[in-house]
Amino acid sequence: MDVFKDKLLSSFIVFENQLNGQKKQPFHQKRRDAIDVFEQKGFPTIKDEEWKYTNLKPLFNKDFNVFHPGEDSLEFSDIRRFFLSESDTYKIVFINGIFASWLSSTTHQNYDICTFSAALERHRDVIDKYVGTIARNDESLTALNTSFAKEGAFINIPDGKVVDRPIEILFFTTNSDNNTFIQPRNLVVVGKNAECCIVERHQSLGKQLTVNNSVTEVMAHAGAQVTYHKIQNDDDNASLIDSTTVKQERDSKVTVHTFSFGGKITRNNLEFDLTEAGAEAHLYGVSILDKRQLVDNHTIVNHMVPNCYSNELYKGIYDDNARGVFNGKIHVHPHAVKTNAFQENNNLLLSDKASIDTKPQLEIYADDVKCSHGCTIGQLDEDALFYLRQRGIGVKEAQALLMLAFTTDALKEIKIPELKTKLNRLIARKLNVNLDFNL
Amino acid sequence: MDILKEVTNSDYKYGFYTKIDSDKAPKGLNEDIIRFISAKKEEPEWMLEWRLDAFRQWQKMAEPNWAHVKYTKPNYQDISYYSAPKKKKTLDSLDEVDPELLKTFEKLGISLDEQKRLSGVAVDVVVDSVSVKTTFREKLAEMGIIFCAISDAIKEYPELVKKYIGTVVPKSDNFFAALNSAVFTDGSFCYIPKGVKCPMELSTYFRINEAGTGQFERTLLIADEGSYVSYLEGCTAPMRDENQLHAAVVELVALDDAEIKYSTVQNWYPGDKEGKGGVFNFVTKRGICERNAKISWTQVETGSAVTWKYPSCILKGDNSIGEFYSVAVTNNYQQADTGTKMIHLGRNTKSTIISKGICAGNSEGSYRGLVKIGPRAQNARNFSECDSLLMGNACGSHTFPYIEIKNKTAKVEHEATTSKIGEDQLFYCNQRGIPTEEAIALIVNGYCKDVLNQLPMEFAVEAQKLLEVSLEGSVG
Repeated sequence: MDVFKDKLLSSFIVFENQLNGQKKQPFHQKRRDAIDVFEQKGFPTIKDEEWKYTNLKPLFNKDFNVFHPGEDSLEFSDIRRFFLSESDTYKIVFINGIFASWLSSTTHQNYDICTFSAALERHRDVIDKYVGTIARNDESLTALNTSFAKEGAFINIPDGKVVDRPIEILFFTTNSDNNTFIQPRNLVVVGKNAECCIVERHQSLGKQLTVNNSVTEVMAHAGAQVTYHKIQNDDDNASLIDSTTVKQERDSKVTVHTFSFGGKITRNNLEFDLTEAGAEAHLYGVSILDKRQLVDNHTIVNHMVPNCYSNELYKGIYDDNARGVFNGKIHVHPHAVKTNAFQENNNLLLSDKASIDTKPQLEIYADDVKCSHGCTIGQLDEDALFYLRQRGIGVKEAQALLMLAFTTDALKEIKIPELKTKLNRLIARKLNVNLDFNL
Repeated sequence: MDILKEVTNSDYKYGFYTKIDSDKAPKGLNEDIIRFISAKKEEPEWMLEWRLDAFRQWQKMAEPNWAHVKYTKPNYQDISYYSAPKKKKTLDSLDEVDPELLKTFEKLGISLDEQKRLSGVAVDVVVDSVSVKTTFREKLAEMGIIFCAISDAIKEYPELVKKYIGTVVPKSDNFFAALNSAVFTDGSFCYIPKGVKCPMELSTYFRINEAGTGQFERTLLIADEGSYVSYLEGCTAPMRDENQLHAAVVELVALDDAEIKYSTVQNWYPGDKEGKGGVFNFVTKRGICERNAKISWTQVETGSAVTWKYPSCILKGDNSIGEFYSVAVTNNYQQADTGTKMIHLGRNTKSTIISKGICAGNSEGSYRGLVKIGPRAQNARNFSECDSLLMGNACGSHTFPYIEIKNKTAKVEHEATTSKIGEDQLFYCNQRGIPTEEAIALIVNGYCKDVLNQLPMEFAVEAQKLLEVSLEGSVG
């Protein structure tokens, strides 16, 4: 890992020199501070309590390309299948970390749905106000992302505006001779009583190793409503480290759905700060893994003030040699009374080689609270299977039906019909059955 | 708020100090001290070597800091590692015991008199980690049960001790276990032969008396095939401004079809209202279950300034069962990081964890547990329930359950809740003329009932009283 770390540190100097004028902007100081943090901390190891079950060493022992050439041969028809809709969504598309304007449909009308690099030019005030203030800068991989932060999605919705269609953010990586390391940086600012709905996806199109170290900051002002979907169904050579931090003000409601269906290593750091009364956070996760895939979900909900609500539901199905990790923490700060927090994690193990490590935590410093968590690990119910088979349903289909039923609680809150259809197809393919009905 | 103040005023009634002449080793820890302890105990050569090896390993280890507790680390060179009530000669009967010592135990409500027969409890008393008296030794010997101080066992039954010591908790298991292995001065030893059901409760009573000493006792309990034993342990210490260190090791071995029930009522001095003084209770307790064996840990933790304790079960044999029942009460500035480890290795193994935490004042209570199902543990079953009750808004309660599953046939359930005493429950009691004080005692007792029911009767009464004292006047 040290070799790659050194490469990153020297790449930072090269990166700095490419910035030209931007070097003098106040934002660049944040990058410099962040690279110092990364230099000091390095990549996390399994000795870190937060990385106990996920070893990054085999991943970062390899060499990666940090800078990527532009790619313009990709046509929309090649990648149409990864989109929700051809025309009914806003799209921000990146290829190898570089914005692909011909595949995107952005807007500056009523609200800004564009790129981080464009915002660095046009919306410096917004960038300076929010970037780095929500994310955990002391976390080394977040710091690494901050130090190279230049490109990604930028969504800024002014007070009272409702975005009329879903926003799709897609990150593609194409074939390359060397392994690919990209670091998207996203910022989502949703003003008072504004609303938006986002679908994010990372997709590798090449055969080389790919690592995405993605950081997203979401600011939900008073009364804002944000729904964020993450589809993680990548190639077996692709890994994703996704750190998403959400800050919520009074009466805002933020829902994050995480669907992990594939990828070599998928690590989700999802953290919520509920900073004003009435804030509501919903976290849903569905992981269906097989082969040698690993998904590691780390969530933290910080109840910092009284009268906030959080609800977390994660479901996991693990087959073959797949590994699941769940680490959910509810942190109730002193005086955050009348907190209502709930957390549930259910897992199914389908094979002898699959394993699950789960650690649901409560850290509570206030007395008048209602906090609970539940966690189960088990198998499909024999009786239910028998019931279905008795009625002429094949083993595979019966199992798939039960698994679908198992995940359905975590899927029912999805509001976009196209997304439902898409997930339905993904799950069916993952379970290797034809489902003749929709979720 | 007056009532809340009252909580902190509830007194520690065991905080007296008895002036007993004692032999104390000079402060500090080095190989010479270990040789000194070993010589004092007239130990065989292999035991000394074993200690020295543990000490060398300890020197290479760092004190753990992952627990959710804050304390000033003890200076291990500023502790006296050996302190024993001075004996003039070997004791043959009770009449020869120092009368001061006898008075101490009367104050503690423990009679060393063989009248104790009536209640049917055999007691081994350990003061400043030296065993002073074991009652009923002869009577138990008739059934083949060995119950004596571990230092006697090392001399009298070396083959048994040699065979089992360090097999459950290895010397280098952790920092405190290694320290204990190097310097332990006494403790209890118990062996139940094949097929014997021990007719009475065996009990060890620990007391730290001298200032500037640490207590390092070691308990080794072996239940041979098909045997049964119920074992109790209790502890108190004088009130002192300094922090005293207690680092014990308990090893349980349950061979095929054996059953061990191990109960603890821990009431070390918790420090004063400002959090000054008190005992650091850093204990390693672990049991190993062979085929069809069962180990059940029950603990009521009300004392100690800092508790770091995870009684564990290694379910090695097929069909073995592990149980853990715990009530941990923290008040004032007490901190407790406690829980259990259930390690399932054999087939059809079962474990149950019931943990009840109660936090008041400025205290912090944590449950930290591990449930691990190995790849060969077919049909393993675990149920865990960890509840916390908070009283007052300055305390904290935490849950850190680790669940690691490597077998698809495992069924594991874990649930935890945190809340305060329900206002409607209190109101219900008040309505029926039960004053708030009593209502709280009632609710807390009900809340802990699952655990208290597991205690042997003599202890259940004591534990219930202890709960009342610890939480006197507390209102959520």
